Amino acid sequence: MNSPELQAIYVMWMRQLKRFMRARSRLIANIIQPFFFLAFLGLGLRPIKLPGLITGMSYLDFLAPGMIAMSIIFASMFAGVSIIWDRQFGFLKEILVAPVSRLSIVIGRTFGGATVSIIQGFIILAVSILFGVKINLMGLIPGLFLMLLIAFFAVGFGIALASRMEDPHAFSLIMNLVMMPATFLSTAFFPLESTTSWLRIMIYMNPLTYIVDGLRGCLTNMFSISPWIDLTVTVFLCAATMSIGTYLFNKSEA
Amino acid sequence: MAIIEARGLTKRFDGLMAVDHIDLDVEEGEIFGFLGPNGAGKTTTIKMLTTLLKPSEGEAKVCGYDVVKQPDLVRRSIGVVFQEPALDDQLTGRENLDFHARLYGLNRREREERIEEVLELVGLADRADELVKNYSGGMRRRLEIARGFIHHPRILFLDEPTLGLDVQTRRAIWNYIMKLNKKEGITIFLTTHYLEEADKLSDRVAIIDNGKILAVDSPRKLKDMIGSDVITLRCSEPNRLKNILESISWVRDVKHHGEELSIYVEIGETKIPKIIKIAEENGIRISSITLREPTLEDVYLNFTGKTIREEAKPTIRRPPPRFRRWR
Ligand SMILES: Nc1ncnc2c1ncn2[C@@H]1O[C@H](COP(=O)(O)OP(=O)(O)O)[C@@H](O)[C@H]1O
Ligand SMILES: [Mg+2]
Repeated sequence: MNSPELQAIYVMWMRQLKRFMRARSRLIANIIQPFFFLAFLGLGLRPIKLPGLITGMSYLDFLAPGMIAMSIIFASMFAGVSIIWDRQFGFLKEILVAPVSRLSIVIGRTFGGATVSIIQGFIILAVSILFGVKINLMGLIPGLFLMLLIAFFAVGFGIALASRMEDPHAFSLIMNLVMMPATFLSTAFFPLESTTSWLRIMIYMNPLTYIVDGLRGCLTNMFSISPWIDLTVTVFLCAATMSIGTYLFNKSEA
Repeated sequence: MAIIEARGLTKRFDGLMAVDHIDLDVEEGEIFGFLGPNGAGKTTTIKMLTTLLKPSEGEAKVCGYDVVKQPDLVRRSIGVVFQEPALDDQLTGRENLDFHARLYGLNRREREERIEEVLELVGLADRADELVKNYSGGMRRRLEIARGFIHHPRILFLDEPTLGLDVQTRRAIWNYIMKLNKKEGITIFLTTHYLEEADKLSDRVAIIDNGKILAVDSPRKLKDMIGSDVITLRCSEPNRLKNILESISWVRDVKHHGEELSIYVEIGETKIPKIIKIAEENGIRISSITLREPTLEDVYLNFTGKTIREEAKPTIRRPPPRFRRWR
Protein backbone atom coordinates (compact mmCIF):
# COMPACT_ATOMS: atom_id res chain seq x y z
CA MET A 1 0.00 0.00 0.00
CA ASN A 2 2.93 2.39 -0.38
CA SER A 3 2.59 3.15 -4.04
CA PRO A 4 1.21 6.71 -4.24
CA GLU A 5 -1.32 5.67 -6.90
CA LEU A 6 -2.77 2.92 -4.68
CA GLN A 7 -2.75 5.34 -1.75
CA ALA A 8 -4.62 7.88 -3.89
CA ILE A 9 -7.31 5.31 -4.70
CA TYR A 10 -7.50 4.32 -1.05
CA VAL A 11 -7.79 7.87 0.34
CA MET A 12 -10.40 8.88 -2.21
CA TRP A 13 -12.40 5.78 -1.27
CA MET A 14 -11.93 6.33 2.46
CA ARG A 15 -12.88 9.97 2.26
CA GLN A 16 -16.19 9.13 0.64
CA LEU A 17 -16.90 6.47 3.21
CA LYS A 18 -16.20 8.86 6.09
CA ARG A 19 -18.34 11.58 4.60
CA PHE A 20 -21.11 9.04 4.09
CA MET A 21 -20.97 7.87 7.70
CA ARG A 22 -21.14 11.45 8.95
CA ALA A 23 -23.93 12.70 6.71
CA ARG A 24 -26.87 10.82 8.25
CA SER A 25 -29.36 13.27 6.79
CA ARG A 26 -28.00 12.59 3.31
CA LEU A 27 -28.43 8.84 3.81
CA ILE A 28 -31.99 9.27 4.99
CA ALA A 29 -32.78 11.61 2.09
CA ASN A 30 -31.39 9.03 -0.34
CA ILE A 31 -33.30 5.99 0.90
CA ILE A 32 -36.53 7.66 1.92
CA GLN A 33 -37.87 7.82 -1.63
CA PRO A 34 -37.43 4.16 -2.59
CA PHE A 35 -38.63 3.28 0.92
CA PHE A 36 -41.88 5.19 0.43
CA PHE A 37 -42.42 3.64 -2.98
CA LEU A 38 -41.98 0.20 -1.44
CA ALA A 39 -44.13 0.94 1.57
CA PHE A 40 -47.02 2.78 -0.06
CA LEU A 41 -47.00 1.64 -3.66
CA GLY A 42 -45.75 -1.87 -3.04
CA LEU A 43 -47.82 -2.72 0.02
CA GLY A 44 -50.85 -0.80 -1.26
CA LEU A 45 -50.90 -2.43 -4.65
CA ARG A 46 -49.79 -5.86 -3.44
CA PRO A 47 -52.97 -7.72 -4.52
CA ILE A 48 -52.98 -6.19 -8.03
CA LYS A 49 -52.65 -8.61 -10.97
CA LEU A 50 -50.29 -7.41 -13.70
CA PRO A 51 -49.43 -9.24 -16.96
CA GLY A 52 -45.92 -10.62 -17.16
CA LEU A 53 -45.47 -11.41 -13.46
CA ILE A 54 -44.41 -14.99 -12.94
CA THR A 55 -46.64 -17.25 -10.86
CA GLY A 56 -46.62 -16.58 -7.13
CA MET A 57 -45.09 -13.14 -7.59
CA SER A 58 -46.77 -10.14 -5.96
CA TYR A 59 -46.46 -6.53 -7.10
CA LEU A 60 -44.21 -5.86 -4.10
CA ASP A 61 -41.85 -8.64 -5.24
CA PHE A 62 -41.84 -7.05 -8.67
CA LEU A 63 -41.19 -3.51 -7.38
CA ALA A 64 -38.37 -4.24 -4.91
CA PRO A 65 -35.48 -4.89 -7.38
CA GLY A 66 -36.39 -1.75 -9.30
CA MET A 67 -36.21 0.30 -6.12
CA ILE A 68 -32.82 -1.21 -5.26
CA ALA A 69 -31.52 -0.35 -8.73
CA MET A 70 -32.97 3.16 -8.46
CA SER A 71 -31.35 3.87 -5.10
CA ILE A 72 -27.97 2.64 -6.37
CA ILE A 73 -28.18 4.69 -9.55
CA PHE A 74 -29.15 7.90 -7.75
CA ALA A 75 -26.61 7.56 -4.96
CA SER A 76 -23.82 6.72 -7.42
CA MET A 77 -24.65 9.62 -9.69
CA PHE A 78 -24.57 11.88 -6.69
CA ALA A 79 -21.15 10.54 -5.70
CA GLY A 80 -19.80 11.20 -9.19
CA VAL A 81 -21.33 14.63 -9.46
CA SER A 82 -19.98 15.67 -6.06
CA ILE A 83 -16.79 16.66 -7.92
CA ILE A 84 -18.71 19.87 -8.60
CA TRP A 85 -18.91 20.57 -4.90
CA ASP A 86 -15.23 19.79 -4.52
CA ARG A 87 -14.54 22.35 -7.21
CA GLN A 88 -16.94 24.85 -5.64
CA PHE A 89 -15.36 24.46 -2.21
CA GLY A 90 -11.78 24.43 -3.52
CA PHE A 91 -10.86 20.91 -2.39
CA LEU A 92 -10.43 19.76 -5.99
CA LYS A 93 -7.27 21.88 -6.25
CA GLU A 94 -5.72 19.98 -3.34
CA ILE A 95 -6.35 16.76 -5.25
CA LEU A 96 -5.23 18.00 -8.66
CA VAL A 97 -1.94 19.48 -7.46
CA ALA A 98 -0.92 16.19 -5.83
CA PRO A 99 1.62 13.99 -7.64
CA VAL A 100 -0.89 11.27 -8.57
CA SER A 101 -2.60 10.53 -11.86
CA ARG A 102 -6.14 11.61 -12.53
CA LEU A 103 -6.99 8.02 -13.39
CA SER A 104 -6.31 7.00 -9.78
CA ILE A 105 -8.50 9.84 -8.59
CA VAL A 106 -11.34 8.68 -10.83
CA ILE A 107 -10.90 5.05 -9.75
CA GLY A 108 -10.88 6.01 -6.06
CA ARG A 109 -13.99 8.09 -6.41
CA THR A 110 -15.71 5.33 -8.37
CA PHE A 111 -14.95 2.70 -5.73
CA GLY A 112 -16.03 5.12 -2.99
CA GLY A 113 -19.29 5.96 -4.77
CA ALA A 114 -19.95 2.30 -5.53
CA THR A 115 -19.35 1.20 -1.93
CA VAL A 116 -21.60 3.87 -0.51
CA SER A 117 -24.41 3.32 -2.99
CA ILE A 118 -24.33 -0.46 -2.68
CA ILE A 119 -24.67 -0.09 1.11
CA GLN A 120 -27.80 1.93 0.40
CA GLY A 121 -28.99 -0.69 -2.08
CA PHE A 122 -28.57 -3.33 0.61
CA ILE A 123 -30.56 -1.25 3.09
CA ILE A 124 -33.44 -1.21 0.59
CA LEU A 125 -32.95 -4.95 0.03
CA ALA A 126 -33.19 -5.56 3.78
CA VAL A 127 -36.32 -3.42 4.03
CA SER A 128 -37.85 -5.40 1.15
CA ILE A 129 -37.15 -8.69 2.90
CA LEU A 130 -38.77 -7.30 6.07
CA PHE A 131 -41.82 -6.41 3.99
CA GLY A 132 -42.00 -10.02 2.88
CA VAL A 133 -40.41 -9.86 -0.55
CA LYS A 134 -39.23 -13.29 -1.70
CA ILE A 135 -35.59 -12.94 -2.80
CA ASN A 136 -33.80 -15.68 -4.72
CA LEU A 137 -30.76 -16.14 -2.49
CA MET A 138 -28.79 -17.92 -5.22
CA GLY A 139 -29.17 -14.79 -7.33
CA LEU A 140 -27.49 -12.56 -4.74
CA ILE A 141 -24.00 -13.25 -6.07
CA PRO A 142 -24.65 -12.34 -9.71
CA GLY A 143 -26.92 -9.63 -8.26
CA LEU A 144 -24.04 -8.08 -6.34
CA PHE A 145 -21.87 -8.20 -9.43
CA LEU A 146 -24.60 -6.42 -11.38
CA MET A 147 -24.99 -3.82 -8.63
CA LEU A 148 -21.28 -3.02 -8.98
CA LEU A 149 -21.67 -2.54 -12.72
CA ILE A 150 -24.72 -0.34 -12.15
CA ALA A 151 -22.82 1.75 -9.63
CA PHE A 152 -19.80 2.16 -11.94
CA PHE A 153 -22.10 3.18 -14.77
CA ALA A 154 -23.81 5.83 -12.69
CA VAL A 155 -20.63 7.19 -11.01
CA GLY A 156 -19.07 7.48 -14.49
CA PHE A 157 -22.14 9.31 -15.70
CA GLY A 158 -21.95 11.66 -12.69
CA ILE A 159 -18.22 12.36 -13.24
CA ALA A 160 -18.85 13.10 -16.91
CA LEU A 161 -21.63 15.53 -15.98
CA ALA A 162 -19.54 17.17 -13.27
CA SER A 163 -16.63 17.72 -15.64
CA ARG A 164 -18.88 19.61 -18.05
CA MET A 165 -21.09 21.49 -15.61
CA GLU A 166 -20.20 24.58 -13.64
CA ASP A 167 -23.44 24.98 -11.76
CA PRO A 168 -24.59 22.47 -9.12
CA HIS A 169 -28.19 23.42 -9.89
CA ALA A 170 -27.97 21.88 -13.33
CA PHE A 171 -27.61 18.56 -11.55
CA SER A 172 -30.98 18.70 -9.81
CA LEU A 173 -32.51 19.69 -13.14
CA ILE A 174 -31.00 16.62 -14.79
CA MET A 175 -32.16 14.43 -11.91
CA ASN A 176 -35.75 15.69 -12.16
CA LEU A 177 -36.07 16.08 -15.92
CA VAL A 178 -34.03 13.10 -17.13
CA MET A 179 -33.45 10.55 -14.39
CA MET A 180 -36.93 10.47 -12.85
CA PRO A 181 -38.77 9.91 -16.18
CA ALA A 182 -36.09 7.43 -17.23
CA THR A 183 -36.70 5.50 -14.02
CA PHE A 184 -40.46 5.47 -14.60
CA LEU A 185 -39.88 4.20 -18.13
CA SER A 186 -37.45 1.49 -17.07
CA THR A 187 -39.94 -1.22 -15.96
CA ALA A 188 -38.99 -0.38 -12.36
CA PHE A 189 -42.66 0.37 -11.63
CA PHE A 190 -44.62 -1.69 -14.14
CA PRO A 191 -43.77 -4.65 -16.33
CA LEU A 192 -42.94 -4.42 -20.00
CA GLU A 193 -45.77 -6.82 -20.75
CA SER A 194 -48.42 -4.39 -19.46
CA THR A 195 -47.55 -1.61 -21.92
CA THR A 196 -48.85 -0.60 -25.34
CA SER A 197 -46.69 -0.38 -28.42
CA TRP A 198 -45.42 3.24 -28.36
CA LEU A 199 -44.61 3.09 -24.66
CA ARG A 200 -42.90 -0.22 -25.20
CA ILE A 201 -40.61 1.31 -27.85
CA MET A 202 -39.57 4.03 -25.41
CA ILE A 203 -38.90 1.44 -22.74
CA TYR A 204 -36.75 -0.57 -25.15
CA MET A 205 -34.80 2.56 -26.02
CA ASN A 206 -34.15 3.40 -22.37
CA PRO A 207 -30.81 1.98 -21.19
CA LEU A 208 -32.05 1.76 -17.59
CA THR A 209 -34.58 -0.89 -18.70
CA TYR A 210 -31.83 -3.48 -19.19
CA ILE A 211 -30.21 -2.60 -15.87
CA VAL A 212 -33.48 -2.97 -13.97
CA ASP A 213 -34.51 -6.13 -15.82
CA GLY A 214 -31.12 -7.73 -15.18
CA LEU A 215 -31.19 -7.03 -11.47
CA ARG A 216 -34.80 -8.19 -11.15
CA GLY A 217 -33.95 -11.37 -12.99
CA CYS A 218 -31.10 -12.13 -10.59
CA LEU A 219 -33.10 -11.38 -7.45
CA THR A 220 -36.52 -12.84 -8.41
CA ASN A 221 -36.00 -15.01 -11.52
CA MET A 222 -38.33 -12.82 -13.58
CA PHE A 223 -36.68 -11.73 -16.84
CA SER A 224 -38.70 -9.81 -19.43
CA ILE A 225 -35.62 -9.58 -21.65
CA SER A 226 -32.84 -12.12 -22.05
CA PRO A 227 -30.25 -12.06 -19.21
CA TRP A 228 -27.45 -12.01 -21.75
CA ILE A 229 -28.83 -8.95 -23.50
CA ASP A 230 -29.27 -7.24 -20.10
CA LEU A 231 -25.68 -8.05 -19.15
CA THR A 232 -24.25 -6.95 -22.50
CA VAL A 233 -26.06 -3.61 -22.41
CA THR A 234 -25.07 -2.99 -18.78
CA VAL A 235 -21.39 -3.78 -19.40
CA PHE A 236 -21.41 -1.57 -22.48
CA LEU A 237 -23.04 1.33 -20.59
CA CYS A 238 -20.57 0.94 -17.77
CA ALA A 239 -17.55 1.00 -20.11
CA ALA A 240 -18.95 3.96 -22.03
CA THR A 241 -19.69 6.28 -19.09
CA MET A 242 -16.50 5.31 -17.26
CA SER A 243 -14.27 6.11 -20.22
CA ILE A 244 -16.14 9.30 -21.14
CA GLY A 245 -16.08 10.39 -17.49
CA THR A 246 -12.35 9.73 -17.17
CA TYR A 247 -11.63 11.49 -20.46
CA LEU A 248 -13.64 14.60 -19.55
CA PHE A 249 -12.24 14.75 -16.01
CA ASN A 250 -8.73 14.54 -17.47
CA LYS A 251 -9.41 17.57 -19.61
CA SER A 252 -11.13 19.65 -16.95
CA GLU A 253 -9.31 22.34 -14.97
CA ALA A 254 -9.42 23.08 -11.27
CA MET B 1 21.16 27.70 -9.78
CA ALA B 2 17.84 29.30 -8.91
CA ILE B 3 15.16 27.02 -7.45
CA ILE B 4 12.44 28.82 -9.42
CA GLU B 5 13.41 30.08 -12.82
CA ALA B 6 10.96 31.68 -15.25
CA ARG B 7 11.72 33.15 -18.64
CA GLY B 8 9.15 35.14 -20.57
CA LEU B 9 6.35 33.41 -18.66
CA THR B 10 3.02 34.58 -20.07
CA LYS B 11 -0.67 33.80 -19.65
CA ARG B 12 -3.41 35.19 -21.86
CA PHE B 13 -7.13 34.79 -21.13
CA ASP B 14 -9.03 35.56 -24.36
CA GLY B 15 -6.87 38.54 -25.21
CA LEU B 16 -6.36 39.68 -21.60
CA MET B 17 -2.67 39.63 -20.62
CA ALA B 18 -2.93 38.27 -17.07
CA VAL B 19 0.83 37.59 -16.86
CA ASP B 20 3.03 39.40 -19.34
CA HIS B 21 6.47 37.92 -20.14
CA ILE B 22 7.86 37.80 -16.62
CA ASP B 23 11.35 36.62 -15.66
CA LEU B 24 11.94 35.25 -12.17
CA ASP B 25 14.92 33.83 -10.28
CA VAL B 26 14.12 32.68 -6.76
CA GLU B 27 17.07 31.43 -4.73
CA GLU B 28 16.95 28.32 -2.57
CA GLY B 29 16.15 29.09 1.08
CA GLU B 30 14.80 32.60 0.65
CA ILE B 31 11.36 34.03 1.31
CA PHE B 32 10.33 35.62 -1.95
CA GLY B 33 7.45 38.09 -1.85
CA PHE B 34 5.26 38.74 -4.85
CA LEU B 35 3.62 42.10 -4.18
CA GLY B 36 0.85 43.55 -6.28
CA PRO B 37 -2.74 44.80 -6.20
CA ASN B 38 -5.79 42.66 -6.88
CA GLY B 39 -5.83 41.47 -10.50
CA ALA B 40 -2.08 41.97 -10.97
CA GLY B 41 -1.55 38.35 -12.01
CA LYS B 42 -0.19 36.83 -8.78
CA THR B 43 -2.55 33.86 -8.59
CA THR B 44 -2.18 33.15 -12.29
CA THR B 45 1.62 33.07 -11.88
CA ILE B 46 1.34 30.64 -8.93
CA LYS B 47 -1.03 28.41 -10.90
CA MET B 48 1.45 28.20 -13.76
CA LEU B 49 4.39 27.50 -11.43
CA THR B 50 2.40 24.77 -9.64
CA THR B 51 1.34 23.06 -12.92
CA LEU B 52 -2.38 23.85 -12.57
CA LEU B 53 -2.41 26.19 -15.58
CA LYS B 54 -0.51 25.87 -18.85
CA PRO B 55 1.49 28.97 -19.80
CA SER B 56 0.51 30.60 -23.10
CA GLU B 57 4.16 31.41 -23.74
CA GLY B 58 7.56 31.18 -22.11
CA GLU B 59 8.86 28.57 -19.73
CA ALA B 60 9.42 27.95 -16.06
CA LYS B 61 11.53 25.52 -14.07
CA VAL B 62 10.75 24.64 -10.48
CA CYS B 63 13.44 22.67 -8.61
CA GLY B 64 15.05 22.16 -11.99
CA TYR B 65 11.96 20.53 -13.53
CA ASP B 66 9.97 21.99 -16.39
CA VAL B 67 6.42 22.82 -15.28
CA VAL B 68 4.90 21.74 -18.59
CA LYS B 69 7.05 18.72 -19.47
CA GLN B 70 7.65 17.28 -15.98
CA PRO B 71 4.57 18.24 -13.96
CA ASP B 72 4.73 15.15 -11.74
CA LEU B 73 8.30 15.85 -10.63
CA VAL B 74 7.38 19.48 -9.94
CA ARG B 75 4.34 18.41 -7.89
CA ARG B 76 6.42 16.05 -5.82
CA SER B 77 8.80 18.84 -4.78
CA ILE B 78 6.33 21.59 -3.87
CA GLY B 79 3.61 22.41 -1.37
CA VAL B 80 0.82 24.86 -2.17
CA VAL B 81 -1.59 26.91 -0.09
CA PHE B 82 -4.16 28.39 -2.42
CA GLN B 83 -5.79 31.77 -2.09
CA GLU B 84 -9.19 30.17 -1.60
CA PRO B 85 -9.64 27.53 1.10
CA ALA B 86 -9.05 23.97 -0.15
CA LEU B 87 -9.98 21.85 2.88
CA ASP B 88 -12.62 19.17 3.25
CA ASP B 89 -14.64 20.63 6.09
CA GLN B 90 -16.54 17.38 6.68
CA LEU B 91 -13.27 15.80 7.82
CA THR B 92 -11.28 16.59 10.95
CA GLY B 93 -8.06 18.56 10.83
CA ARG B 94 -6.05 15.40 11.37
CA GLU B 95 -7.94 13.55 8.63
CA ASN B 96 -7.22 16.36 6.18
CA LEU B 97 -3.52 16.04 7.00
CA ASP B 98 -3.60 12.25 6.76
CA PHE B 99 -5.34 12.44 3.38
CA HIS B 100 -2.58 14.71 2.14
CA ALA B 101 0.28 12.69 3.61
CA ARG B 102 -0.97 9.53 1.94
CA LEU B 103 -1.41 11.28 -1.42
CA TYR B 104 2.26 12.23 -1.19
CA GLY B 105 3.33 8.68 -0.40
CA LEU B 106 4.43 8.98 3.24
CA ASN B 107 4.48 5.64 5.03
CA ARG B 108 2.61 5.04 8.29
CA ARG B 109 5.46 5.91 10.64
CA GLU B 110 6.36 9.06 8.75
CA ARG B 111 2.72 10.07 8.67
CA GLU B 112 2.18 9.69 12.40
CA GLU B 113 5.37 11.54 13.33
CA ARG B 114 5.01 14.25 10.79
CA ILE B 115 1.35 15.03 11.48
CA GLU B 116 2.11 15.57 15.18
CA GLU B 117 5.08 17.72 14.27
CA VAL B 118 3.25 20.07 11.90
CA LEU B 119 0.20 20.31 14.17
CA GLU B 120 2.54 21.38 16.95
CA LEU B 121 4.24 23.93 14.75
CA VAL B 122 1.00 25.71 13.81
CA GLY B 123 -0.48 25.32 17.29
CA LEU B 124 -3.42 23.10 16.36
CA ALA B 125 -2.47 19.95 18.26
CA ASP B 126 -5.34 20.25 20.75
CA ARG B 127 -8.01 20.90 18.09
CA ALA B 128 -6.85 18.34 15.53
CA ASP B 129 -9.73 15.92 16.01
CA GLU B 130 -12.50 18.44 15.48
CA LEU B 131 -14.31 18.74 12.17
CA VAL B 132 -12.84 21.53 10.06
CA LYS B 133 -16.30 23.07 9.65
CA ASN B 134 -16.04 24.16 13.29
CA TYR B 135 -12.67 25.89 12.70
CA SER B 136 -12.28 29.67 12.52
CA GLY B 137 -10.78 31.31 9.42
CA GLY B 138 -7.39 31.62 11.09
CA MET B 139 -7.37 27.97 12.17
CA ARG B 140 -8.20 26.84 8.65
CA ARG B 141 -5.34 28.89 7.28
CA ARG B 142 -2.93 27.40 9.79
CA LEU B 143 -4.12 23.92 8.96
CA GLU B 144 -3.59 24.57 5.27
CA ILE B 145 -0.08 25.85 5.92
CA ALA B 146 0.65 22.76 8.04
CA ARG B 147 -0.65 20.57 5.26
CA GLY B 148 1.41 22.41 2.66
CA PHE B 149 4.74 21.37 4.16
CA ILE B 150 3.90 17.99 5.68
CA HIS B 151 5.61 16.10 2.84
CA HIS B 152 8.91 18.05 3.12
CA PRO B 153 8.55 20.11 -0.03
CA ARG B 154 11.54 22.12 -1.16
CA ILE B 155 9.30 25.10 -1.95
CA LEU B 156 6.09 26.22 -0.32
CA PHE B 157 3.81 28.46 -2.40
CA LEU B 158 1.50 30.67 -0.36
CA ASP B 159 -1.13 32.67 -2.23
CA GLU B 160 -2.25 35.59 -0.04
CA PRO B 161 -1.85 33.59 3.18
CA THR B 162 -3.37 36.24 5.45
CA LEU B 163 -6.15 37.54 3.23
CA GLY B 164 -9.24 38.41 5.23
CA LEU B 165 -7.69 37.61 8.64
CA ASP B 166 -7.56 39.98 11.60
CA VAL B 167 -4.32 41.67 12.61
CA GLN B 168 -3.52 39.31 15.47
CA THR B 169 -4.03 36.16 13.42
CA ARG B 170 -2.01 37.71 10.62
CA ARG B 171 0.94 38.27 12.98
CA ALA B 172 0.72 34.68 14.20
CA ILE B 173 0.76 33.36 10.63
CA TRP B 174 3.80 35.49 9.84
CA ASN B 175 5.58 33.86 12.74
CA TYR B 176 4.70 30.37 11.50
CA ILE B 177 5.96 31.22 8.03
CA MET B 178 9.26 32.57 9.35
CA LYS B 179 9.67 29.60 11.67
CA LEU B 180 9.09 27.23 8.76
CA ASN B 181 11.62 28.98 6.62
CA LYS B 182 14.24 28.89 9.38
CA LYS B 183 13.54 25.49 10.94
CA GLU B 184 12.83 23.43 7.87
CA GLY B 185 14.83 25.51 5.40
CA ILE B 186 11.95 25.65 2.97
CA THR B 187 12.04 28.20 0.18
CA ILE B 188 8.89 30.29 0.39
CA PHE B 189 7.16 31.97 -2.52
CA LEU B 190 4.40 34.17 -1.19
CA THR B 191 2.03 36.59 -2.84
CA THR B 192 0.41 39.46 -1.03
CA HIS B 193 -1.12 42.84 -1.54
CA TYR B 194 -0.22 43.91 2.02
CA LEU B 195 2.89 46.09 1.94
CA GLU B 196 3.70 45.42 5.57
CA GLU B 197 3.56 41.67 4.97
CA ALA B 198 5.91 41.83 1.99
CA ASP B 199 8.27 44.09 3.93
CA LYS B 200 8.31 42.07 7.12
CA LEU B 201 8.61 38.57 5.66
CA SER B 202 10.46 38.75 2.39
CA ASP B 203 14.16 38.49 1.77
CA ARG B 204 13.36 39.81 -1.69
CA VAL B 205 10.25 41.38 -3.16
CA ALA B 206 9.01 41.53 -6.74
CA ILE B 207 6.54 44.29 -7.46
CA ILE B 208 4.00 43.19 -10.04
CA ASP B 209 1.32 45.31 -11.69
CA ASN B 210 -0.81 44.54 -14.75
CA GLY B 211 1.03 41.27 -15.29
CA LYS B 212 4.47 42.87 -15.44
CA ILE B 213 7.30 42.81 -12.91
CA LEU B 214 8.40 46.38 -12.22
CA ALA B 215 11.20 45.79 -9.72
CA VAL B 216 12.87 42.94 -7.82
CA ASP B 217 15.12 43.41 -4.83
CA SER B 218 15.34 43.21 -1.06
CA PRO B 219 12.95 45.58 0.72
CA ARG B 220 16.00 47.43 2.05
CA LYS B 221 17.49 48.01 -1.40
CA LEU B 222 14.12 48.91 -2.90
CA LYS B 223 13.73 51.60 -0.28
CA ASP B 224 17.30 52.76 -0.80
CA MET B 225 16.47 53.17 -4.46
CA ILE B 226 14.31 56.08 -3.44
CA GLY B 227 17.59 56.96 -1.85
CA SER B 228 16.28 59.09 0.97
CA ASP B 229 14.74 59.63 4.34
CA VAL B 230 11.25 61.00 4.48
CA ILE B 231 10.43 64.06 6.58
CA THR B 232 6.73 64.60 7.05
CA LEU B 233 5.45 67.85 8.49
CA ARG B 234 2.32 69.87 9.09
CA CYS B 235 2.39 73.63 8.70
CA SER B 236 0.30 76.74 8.13
CA GLU B 237 0.96 77.18 4.40
CA PRO B 238 1.93 73.81 2.89
CA ASN B 239 1.70 74.92 -0.74
CA ARG B 240 4.02 77.89 -0.28
CA LEU B 241 6.53 75.84 1.72
CA LYS B 242 6.44 73.14 -0.97
CA ASN B 243 7.35 75.69 -3.65
CA ILE B 244 10.17 77.09 -1.57
CA LEU B 245 11.61 73.66 -0.71
CA GLU B 246 11.45 72.38 -4.27
CA SER B 247 14.01 74.96 -5.37
CA ILE B 248 16.56 73.79 -2.77
CA SER B 249 19.32 71.53 -4.09
CA TRP B 250 19.37 68.92 -1.25
CA VAL B 251 15.62 68.27 -1.50
CA ARG B 252 15.01 65.36 -3.90
CA ASP B 253 11.24 65.53 -4.02
CA VAL B 254 8.28 66.98 -2.16
CA LYS B 255 4.80 65.46 -2.15
CA HIS B 256 1.72 67.20 -0.78
CA HIS B 257 -1.02 64.85 0.32
CA GLY B 258 -3.88 65.68 2.65
CA GLU B 259 -2.63 67.97 5.39
CA GLU B 260 0.94 66.77 5.13
CA LEU B 261 4.09 67.41 3.17
CA SER B 262 6.47 64.49 2.56
CA ILE B 263 9.99 65.67 1.85
CA TYR B 264 12.48 63.17 0.43
CA VAL B 265 16.06 63.95 1.52
CA GLU B 266 19.37 62.31 2.44
CA ILE B 267 20.53 62.07 6.08
CA GLY B 268 17.22 63.43 7.32
CA GLU B 269 18.25 64.18 10.87
CA THR B 270 20.60 66.96 9.70
CA LYS B 271 17.92 68.47 7.44
CA ILE B 272 15.20 68.97 10.05
CA PRO B 273 16.83 72.06 11.66
CA LYS B 274 17.43 73.55 8.23
CA ILE B 275 13.81 73.11 7.22
CA ILE B 276 12.58 74.66 10.46
CA LYS B 277 14.86 77.64 9.89
CA ILE B 278 13.66 78.12 6.30
CA ALA B 279 10.04 78.00 7.44
CA GLU B 280 10.65 80.57 10.18
CA GLU B 281 12.44 82.92 7.79
CA ASN B 282 9.38 82.81 5.55
CA GLY B 283 6.90 83.26 8.38
CA ILE B 284 5.42 79.77 8.09
CA ARG B 285 4.43 78.02 11.33
CA ILE B 286 5.28 74.32 11.61
CA SER B 287 2.93 72.45 13.96
CA SER B 288 4.57 68.98 13.80
CA ILE B 289 7.52 67.34 12.14
CA THR B 290 8.66 63.71 12.00
CA LEU B 291 11.43 61.80 10.37
CA ARG B 292 10.80 58.32 9.01
CA GLU B 293 12.44 55.83 6.75
CA PRO B 294 10.83 55.19 3.40
CA THR B 295 8.39 52.27 3.38
CA LEU B 296 7.45 49.91 0.59
CA GLU B 297 4.42 52.16 0.18
CA ASP B 298 6.78 54.92 -1.02
CA VAL B 299 8.53 52.42 -3.29
CA TYR B 300 5.24 51.20 -4.67
CA LEU B 301 4.08 54.76 -5.29
CA ASN B 302 7.33 55.47 -7.06
CA PHE B 303 7.07 52.49 -9.43
CA THR B 304 3.35 52.48 -10.18
CA GLY B 305 2.41 56.12 -9.67
CA LYS B 306 -0.40 55.10 -7.31
CA THR B 307 -0.76 53.84 -3.76
CA ILE B 308 -1.73 50.20 -3.30
CA ARG B 309 -4.63 51.27 -1.06
CA GLU B 310 -6.29 52.98 -4.03
CA GLU B 311 -6.83 49.54 -5.51
CA ALA B 312 -10.06 47.67 -5.01
CA LYS B 313 -9.91 45.30 -2.06
CA PRO B 314 -9.96 41.63 -3.10
CA THR B 315 -12.50 39.46 -1.37
CA ILE B 316 -12.32 35.79 -0.51
CA ARG B 317 -14.65 33.93 -2.79
CA ARG B 318 -17.12 32.14 -0.59
CA PRO B 319 -19.78 29.86 -1.97
CA PRO B 320 -23.23 31.36 -1.56
CA PRO B 321 -25.20 29.82 1.31
CA ARG B 322 -27.59 27.87 -0.89
CA PHE B 323 -24.74 25.58 -1.98
CA ARG B 324 -23.92 24.74 1.59
CA ARG B 325 -27.32 23.35 2.36
CA TRP B 326 -26.90 20.98 -0.53
CA ARG B 327 -24.27 18.85 1.08
N1 LIG C 1 -9.75 31.74 -15.53
C1 LIG C 1 -9.70 33.03 -15.92
N2 LIG C 1 -10.34 33.43 -17.03
C2 LIG C 1 -10.28 34.73 -17.43
N3 LIG C 1 -9.60 35.70 -16.80
C3 LIG C 1 -8.94 35.36 -15.67
C4 LIG C 1 -8.95 34.02 -15.17
N4 LIG C 1 -8.21 33.97 -14.04
C5 LIG C 1 -7.75 35.23 -13.84
N5 LIG C 1 -8.20 36.07 -14.82
C6 LIG C 1 -7.86 37.51 -14.94
O1 LIG C 1 -6.45 37.63 -14.95
C7 LIG C 1 -6.04 38.77 -14.21
C8 LIG C 1 -5.08 38.34 -13.12
O2 LIG C 1 -5.78 37.61 -12.14
P1 LIG C 1 -5.09 36.97 -10.87
O3 LIG C 1 -3.88 36.23 -11.30
O4 LIG C 1 -6.13 36.21 -10.15
O5 LIG C 1 -4.67 38.26 -10.04
P2 LIG C 1 -4.23 38.38 -8.51
O6 LIG C 1 -4.07 37.02 -7.95
O7 LIG C 1 -2.94 39.15 -8.56
O8 LIG C 1 -5.30 39.16 -7.82
C9 LIG C 1 -7.30 39.42 -13.67
O9 LIG C 1 -7.65 40.48 -14.53
C10 LIG C 1 -8.32 38.32 -13.74
O10 LIG C 1 -9.60 38.84 -13.94
MG1 LIG D 1 -4.97 36.22 -6.33
